[in-house]
Amino acid sequence: MFMGATLSWIVMVFSDVTVLFSDLKGLTPDIPFWLPRITLDLFIICLFYYYRFKIEKDESLNFTDLLWKVFATGLVATVISLSLRLLDFLLGSTKLSSNIFFIEVEYLICLGLMLSFLIAAYTSWKRLILYQKSKWLLRGWTVFELALLVVMVSDNLEVVFSEWMLTTISIITGLLALILSANMKWVAYLNFRQKWTSLLLLLLSFFYLGYFFYTVNRFSDEISAQSSSFLDFKAHVFNMYLFSFVMLYAIFSFLVILFNLPTSSVFEQKLEEVVNFQRISQSVQTEQNEESVYQILLESSVSSVFADAAWLEVKGEQEQSRVQTLNITETEALKIQQHLNGRNVKGILDESTDRTRNLSDHLASLKGTRYRSLMAFPIHVKGEKIGTLALLKELPDGFNKEMTQIVSAFANQAGISIENFRLLKEALQNERYKEELKIAKTVQKSLLPQHLESDSDFEIAAFSESADEVGGDYYDTLRISPNHVGLIIADVSGKGTTAAFHMSQMKGIFHSLAQQEMEPKTFMIRANEALKYCLERGSFISATYFVVNSLDKKILYSRAGHCPVLVYRRADQSAQFLTDKGAALGMVKGKDYCNFVETREFQYQPGDIMVLYTDGITEAKNHKGEEFGLEMLRKSVEEFSELTPKEMQDELIRRLYEYTGTEEINDDYTTMIVKFR
Amino acid sequence: MVQIRRLQEEGAEILAVVGEIDASSSIELDLAIAKAVGEGVKRILIDCSALEYISSAGLGVFMSYIEEFRDKNIHMVLFGMKEKVANTFNILGLADLLHIRPSKQEAKKLINELSL
Repeated sequence: MFMGATLSWIVMVFSDVTVLFSDLKGLTPDIPFWLPRITLDLFIICLFYYYRFKIEKDESLNFTDLLWKVFATGLVATVISLSLRLLDFLLGSTKLSSNIFFIEVEYLICLGLMLSFLIAAYTSWKRLILYQKSKWLLRGWTVFELALLVVMVSDNLEVVFSEWMLTTISIITGLLALILSANMKWVAYLNFRQKWTSLLLLLLSFFYLGYFFYTVNRFSDEISAQSSSFLDFKAHVFNMYLFSFVMLYAIFSFLVILFNLPTSSVFEQKLEEVVNFQRISQSVQTEQNEESVYQILLESSVSSVFADAAWLEVKGEQEQSRVQTLNITETEALKIQQHLNGRNVKGILDESTDRTRNLSDHLASLKGTRYRSLMAFPIHVKGEKIGTLALLKELPDGFNKEMTQIVSAFANQAGISIENFRLLKEALQNERYKEELKIAKTVQKSLLPQHLESDSDFEIAAFSESADEVGGDYYDTLRISPNHVGLIIADVSGKGTTAAFHMSQMKGIFHSLAQQEMEPKTFMIRANEALKYCLERGSFISATYFVVNSLDKKILYSRAGHCPVLVYRRADQSAQFLTDKGAALGMVKGKDYCNFVETREFQYQPGDIMVLYTDGITEAKNHKGEEFGLEMLRKSVEEFSELTPKEMQDELIRRLYEYTGTEEINDDYTTMIVKFR
Repeated sequence: MVQIRRLQEEGAEILAVVGEIDASSSIELDLAIAKAVGEGVKRILIDCSALEYISSAGLGVFMSYIEEFRDKNIHMVLFGMKEKVANTFNILGLADLLHIRPSKQEAKKLINELSL
């Protein structure tokens, strides 16, 4: 594009010079006399597109950058033009300098430079005008550009339009230019410094415009004085239009920026408030703790209302108060609070109200502090007041209503941020807790046996289901010798990870002790010995340990605080709970535990059933809060006595769920049913 | 939910336990007993007549003091238990480890004998 512009300019120079030459010699030029004009138009169009790509499409340019581009183009153009004049001066009054052709070339160079400067400015102005454009603005601009094009074309075709039509077009274009020039939205987004820069750049641009106008004008005067057929650039209406428009918008911008200077600080202030607001609300995601939220609140509030100092008193999650200060010592803050309390000022500082209060009046009488204005705001989290923000100024009556609103909004936003922050923390903690529970539950499940011992003498079915919380129910079987099988059922007090941990200890104890073929009472004494150092204060394990002797058809067992065993005797068609004594493991730490446990034994016959269970079963409640109880368990066992252990277990669990009326259990359900054959 | 009321009667501290003691409320029971012990009380009577339910964690609280009481020569007697609650104590074997009496009179009598 730039090449195109250069090319058309060169052609223009040649053709123009030729026209001039032939005119001077009184010859008819070989080339058509419209060629210079067409090439000039081509030059303009090429430049137009060149800048369109260079300036209009460049997204990275901001407002001052745009002005800078215009300025830079003007600078380059002026420097070139000035060096030409320097050359002119150096040549003095030689022949060459007064040669009309030389002047003509100089003139054309200056014209080209001026036009490129004008078009660069025009393109920049377009961007500025169309900033935050509306549909109508865009249409207006398109009409304006079309009108300019029409003017340019009509220039060349000379008498296509009548006089009044040209006037109409000029008026329309002029009006449009005026309307379009009123679009100054971009000015508002400049900060104070940028405004000064813009003013300077615009001022220099005026200088260039004036300079070029003068120079080109002088050249053309000089030439037209010598040649009659020379066409002044001023006769080229388009150039004048372009010049006027660029000038007009530059003047408008200059004035608007100038008058906006005093208010720019207010605008910047507003912008800063928005940014601060955003900082507070985003602090939840980015900051690691509540302190940073408080710090941002303090800084934002102070900078928004030009306070001289501030303090923030916050009641932490653990109820203790924390004070954060800015430009004031904690002691002084405390002194002011005491002073207000002493004067019995009922205000926000003594937490008697949750309204924002302007307490400036009461500070006047306090000696030893330079602050004369005070404003306090509450900070709420979940409707509860968690803190107070106090702002101080040295000026008396330093706070106004707008400031109150701004800081109030900040305090509210900070409250929301802190609330979100706490919720997030809570959620994370819950998540961690859940994860831990999940692990504990997996561990607990893996501790239960995959398969149970069976025998020609008996068959076992076992079931264990725990609530969401991890329970500590445990059962297991172990073949001690061909005719001896050890069985255990245990319930660890407490829930959660510790319960699962104790359960794994119990499993270890069972597997190591049962192998040694010991009597159940000895088993319990040894287990108690092993456990008493592991179990923390107040926790214990209830268990019952059985040794089934299939040779003698008898069972030896010892109960350590566990639920009594239910035995169904086929001969009597009835089930009974075995009564015996035994303290849970871990209850008695001393050597005298042997006095609290015993070994019992009973015979079994084919068809007899032994039901082991944990208290989750008997303590399961229905919707009235009544427990399932021992009696219901006993009756159920009698009822299902002809079923296989597995069927019996399923029926029992079904009945239990029916009784509670919900699939949700709030304790562990564990049963182990042994049926003899 | 549990409520524990403290009152002094004839040189003994009576802790009346009202409601249910489960894993979470057992902490309150523990605190109440610990406080009485901290104040130097030597005779503690636990009134269980309004105790509706006690979980293993609650039993653990009583259990955890057995040795401390023996070392410090403190005596504790429980009384007025409902059958269901008494059954829980029995199953776990705590009935043999703790002093339990049906009525307040008997409990007072026992604690006076023990303190001699």
